[in-house]
Amino acid sequence: MTAHPATRDPAWMPRVFWTLAAVVMLYPLLVATEFKPWLLFDEQSRKSTLRFLADFFPLVASGEFLIMVAKETWRTVAIATAGIALALVLAIPLTLLSTRVLSISALSGRMAALPFVLRQTLRMALVVLRSVPELVWALIFVRVVGLGPTAGVLAIALTYAGMLGKVYGEILESSETHASATLLRNGAGRLQTFFYGILPQNAAELTSYTVYRWECAIRSSVVLGFVGAGGLGQQMDNSMKMFNGGEVATMLLVFIALVALADAASAWLRKELG
Amino acid sequence: MDSRPDANTTAPPLPPALFDARCRACWMVAGLVLLTIASFWSLDLDFAALFSADSRQSMLRFVSEFFPPDFSAPFMKKVAIGTLETLAMSLLGTVIAAVWGLLLALPAARTHAGDAALARTPTRLVLNALRSIPELVWAALLLISAGLGPFAGTLALAFHTTGVLGRLFAEAIENADPAPAFALRAQGVGPVRVFLYTTLPQILPQVMSYSLYRWENNIRAAAVLGVVGAGGLGQLLAFHMGLFHMGKTATILMAMIALVALVDIASYLARRWMTR
Repeated sequence: MTAHPATRDPAWMPRVFWTLAAVVMLYPLLVATEFKPWLLFDEQSRKSTLRFLADFFPLVASGEFLIMVAKETWRTVAIATAGIALALVLAIPLTLLSTRVLSISALSGRMAALPFVLRQTLRMALVVLRSVPELVWALIFVRVVGLGPTAGVLAIALTYAGMLGKVYGEILESSETHASATLLRNGAGRLQTFFYGILPQNAAELTSYTVYRWECAIRSSVVLGFVGAGGLGQQMDNSMKMFNGGEVATMLLVFIALVALADAASAWLRKELG
Repeated sequence: MDSRPDANTTAPPLPPALFDARCRACWMVAGLVLLTIASFWSLDLDFAALFSADSRQSMLRFVSEFFPPDFSAPFMKKVAIGTLETLAMSLLGTVIAAVWGLLLALPAARTHAGDAALARTPTRLVLNALRSIPELVWAALLLISAGLGPFAGTLALAFHTTGVLGRLFAEAIENADPAPAFALRAQGVGPVRVFLYTTLPQILPQVMSYSLYRWENNIRAAAVLGVVGAGGLGQLLAFHMGLFHMGKTATILMAMIALVALVDIASYLARRWMTR
């Protein structure tokens, strides 16, 4: 190093080391993912890409097609909403049964053995529901109930029941337990304790999380369409397989607008509900 | 003392009315209930078929076909390769996205008060578009130019994640303390060096934590991305499920769930370790 000691970067050695280490670690990744960007520009793939992109314009905007897109967009929203509704039906009882703030035996020290096992089992069930991706649930349900929205609704219901149940449990458990413990000690039932001691202080947080998940469900209901669960995704998949760029472009724009709308609606709802 | 109302003569306050025309939240809840009813009503849902004896039998048969899962050595090797491919896709996709996200975050942020930030709105539009198309849709689109395989999946993850990270990084840049940058700029230091020496060190912790968080998400996404043909465990799953190799499908599903669970546990432990 010829530079003056005062202007020399004191950390040059670690910087060089970590840069080299990153390059060495990157190489197996590039091999494993068959990362060959030049393939994007070879004759054949360039031609098919350009043809597909050129097909994007003009957008298909015939009345018949737009009506179909509007109908499928509604179905996408409906699948998400129905899925979330069913998820709530499943998640709320599971949360109530598995939360430790409603445990009477835990009021005096440790929870009794049987309730403890029951609560942990239900919690494991929630984890299992959540850790199977909704797309896999959808693939399975498409096999069982056939193509169509039923598979999508069931897939969203199961995955989101797991997510909602877990986070509801966390919210309830982090709440202030003074009121609920007092109610339980004085002989209130568990449901009474929940409605008068726990729900009031957590209602806003619970609602806002549910609305946020509804927004996520709209996004995933489009994705589920790609495996045959109905809605906008299924139509998009069909048009892509026919290489109909114009239809794909219209539906992509509608989809971006839908996501933006759901985003705005959910932000507004969450602000409004506190 | 007498100004306080006598508890015996004044009626206790009434609970608030259940529905108040001026309460916007009430209207909203009513709207949501309506939306839910309309959803169930308009979809031709077939739950009766789900619980009919016929479908119960087919479901039982379907589940019983999963057993025994295929644990033979050559197939396990294939699953292991698929798992590694999934991990590699997610990691490389996240790295590419972090680099592009940082590059796009610069025009998408107003770095100082005098910054005209002409590119801010158009860049944010691009980032929003990248972000609002899910990974799986990107993968289906990119299959046309990148062909079947993990390359399309990696690009798909990179595209979506660039949108997410770009926006988060832009926000981090705008929230960074402007004083050090101002001091350098007042000395006549150029914008590149101002960024490298004042803004970047400030946002680096956020950049790292957002990227790690997205990597976690991307592992989950990469596991299923292959269902449309974009490599990894998902591609194996779609292939064997399509051929009704249910034993093999069961093994792949187990690998997928194990991968997701491991990521969950690792992230939980890492979070606890870092916030301790």
